[in-house]
Amino acid sequence: MAVAQTKQSATEARLASLVAHEGGGWISSGRQAALERVRMMGLPDRRDEYWKYTRPDTLVQAEAPKAALFETTDPRVFDGIDRLKIVFTDGVFDADASDDLSLEGLNIERLADIAGKDIHWAKDLYGVLETNGQTPVERPLAALNTAFATDGVVIHVTGQVSKPVSLIYNHRSEVSDAMLHHLVKVDAGAKVTILENGPAAARFNKVMEVEIADGAEFHHVRAQGRDHERRAITHIFTRLGVESVFKSFTLTANGMMTRNECVIELTGDDAVAHVAGAAVGDGDFHHDDTVFITHDAVNCESRQVFKKVLRNGATGVFQGKILVKPDAQKTDGYQISQSLLLDEDSQFLAKPELEIYADDVACSHGSTSGAIDEEALFYLRARGVPKNIATDLLTLAFLAEAVLEIEDEALAEEISSRLEGWLVRHNG
Amino acid sequence: MLEIKDLKVKLEDEDKQILKGVNLTVEAGKVHAIMGPNGSGKSTLSYVLSGRDGYEVTDGSATLEGEDLLDMDPEERAALGMFLAFQYPVEIPGVGNMTFLRTAVNAQRKARGEDEMSASDFLKEIRAKAKTLKIDADMLKRPVNVGFSGGEKKRNEILQMAMLEPKMCILDETDSGLDVDAMKLVAEGVNALRSEGRGFLVITHYQRLLDHIKPDVVHIMANGRIVKTGGPELALEVENNGYADILAEVA
Ligand SMILES: Nc1ncnc2c1ncn2[C@@H]1O[C@H](COP(=O)(O)OP(=O)(O)O)[C@@H](O)[C@H]1O
Ligand SMILES: [Mg+2]
Repeated sequence: MAVAQTKQSATEARLASLVAHEGGGWISSGRQAALERVRMMGLPDRRDEYWKYTRPDTLVQAEAPKAALFETTDPRVFDGIDRLKIVFTDGVFDADASDDLSLEGLNIERLADIAGKDIHWAKDLYGVLETNGQTPVERPLAALNTAFATDGVVIHVTGQVSKPVSLIYNHRSEVSDAMLHHLVKVDAGAKVTILENGPAAARFNKVMEVEIADGAEFHHVRAQGRDHERRAITHIFTRLGVESVFKSFTLTANGMMTRNECVIELTGDDAVAHVAGAAVGDGDFHHDDTVFITHDAVNCESRQVFKKVLRNGATGVFQGKILVKPDAQKTDGYQISQSLLLDEDSQFLAKPELEIYADDVACSHGSTSGAIDEEALFYLRARGVPKNIATDLLTLAFLAEAVLEIEDEALAEEISSRLEGWLVRHNG
Repeated sequence: MLEIKDLKVKLEDEDKQILKGVNLTVEAGKVHAIMGPNGSGKSTLSYVLSGRDGYEVTDGSATLEGEDLLDMDPEERAALGMFLAFQYPVEIPGVGNMTFLRTAVNAQRKARGEDEMSASDFLKEIRAKAKTLKIDADMLKRPVNVGFSGGEKKRNEILQMAMLEPKMCILDETDSGLDVDAMKLVAEGVNALRSEGRGFLVITHYQRLLDHIKPDVVHIMANGRIVKTGGPELALEVENNGYADILAEVA
């Protein structure tokens, strides 16, 4: 189908604002193909069904809208965690702030350093899972990223790793428009934890492609927060082998525009994929979780747990789909999305979907939206807990179910304390 | 201690008068009991005194040690020493019992300008008090009242009372749904708290509880009013003859 004229010109306007880097080496063909995909699909506009609840305008327009820097001296999330730090400032690798990129059990390279090589294993992954993820639903902003991102980390996990790899995204320029493209390949039986945190840029487009081999484990904990005016579109594309595990959790606090897409393909039998999120937003906060899980193997488990706390007119969106292919018998699919609306101005828009072609499956989904429990609030107050603290306790309790999805206790504790801090700042 | 004068209360959203002029004074050190048929307004009285939304006081007053309760937020009343053991304790998923109680104890202390209780002192005290109420460590860790049996919920109310050490304790049908052993535990918990400076208002249907918690004064409430007041023998009369005789007598 031909792209509508208005969409085409918006797409060309965006492309004109970007600088193409051929890269020279193995990456050239991938970038070229991605650019063609972008032109074929056109960048999203508000008429697209998949963007019904989230306006893509600011993510697509040629210049990044300005985002004021958020100054704070508070400690940052994961500060207390022993980890290997890799720092990007406004989307550019910051060698001085980063640790030495070596750690037993894995190999880390920069996309910028390897793009010019003639051959590299990354060629089999770069843009490959992204391309797969374009059907049945198009994700043109991910293709745009594949075409233009010049930096990111390329991680090959070959064994057991002693500490998490932590990607830290600093935001120092009010007008930065950043793209990063990360690749993670986890070999059979290997295991890694990736952390991400920071506001990244005024506008951030990030793609992470994750290939998880048989019996391998990939854990991911991310905290997006701080700068209120920042905007982000992120995609995770992952493919899971036999008996492999993918677990991803995202905390989002603040942000005028965040859309996190997660595209999961269970291609090996007995694989497990969990994706969860806790989002807290105030005022013109807009947060969108869009998840697409394809079950294409036997006896796999997928689980989606999303919780949002919205106040003062904030908006939360959840689009979650479980697609069970004909041969994916014994699929266990679970999906829950819930919002706690702290006032009547805030809204939660949810579109849960199941599409099942196998007959022996157990899939369930639920979506709720509600206010604070008045009975519980009174009970707490009658015991002397002031209203604001009681509200915080109930809010944290509501979010706890999502935080529980984080396997590592220390990381879960970090996330909980961030949530508490946010509540204290916004309620206290 | 607690002084209620000509208290008239209607529902906020409905034109329904529930309390029609309640007069009641509970002196420090005394235990008063309120008995009465279902729907007579006993729970409403306890809710209005503790500050629950949904009611409108149309007339009268209620004071605790001379301070006007009715204008205060529930948490202010609690800090002043008001405590209600709920007829139906609320389940709060996701909030640990221990966290809840510690937050409550320290919030009250803070409101009164006292020092917070240290984590270790709190732990020591709650363990000791939980033990006498046969509340095990697991129940303390679980979310507030979630998955508790009826009896466990009521014992948990008494534990909260013991930790908060209020001046004025209102118990709303704390005996309902309890077997004999559980009732004894609850009664012992209450009796352990009886003291010179503390008043009790025990709402119950049954004489049974009053065998264990000996009241000084018994009131009969019907149709939004205290219709009769007497000594412990009044509870026995209800036990033997029901409310019909008393209600006929005052009609
Ligand atoms: N929130 C409410 N909404 C409607 N009716 C109520 C409400 N609270 C109390 N009532 C009514 O007020 C009357 C007294 O109730 P309650 O105080 O619970 O009595 P008791 O505790 O003595 O059984 C009953 O008729 C009850 O139905
Ligand atoms: Mg009642």
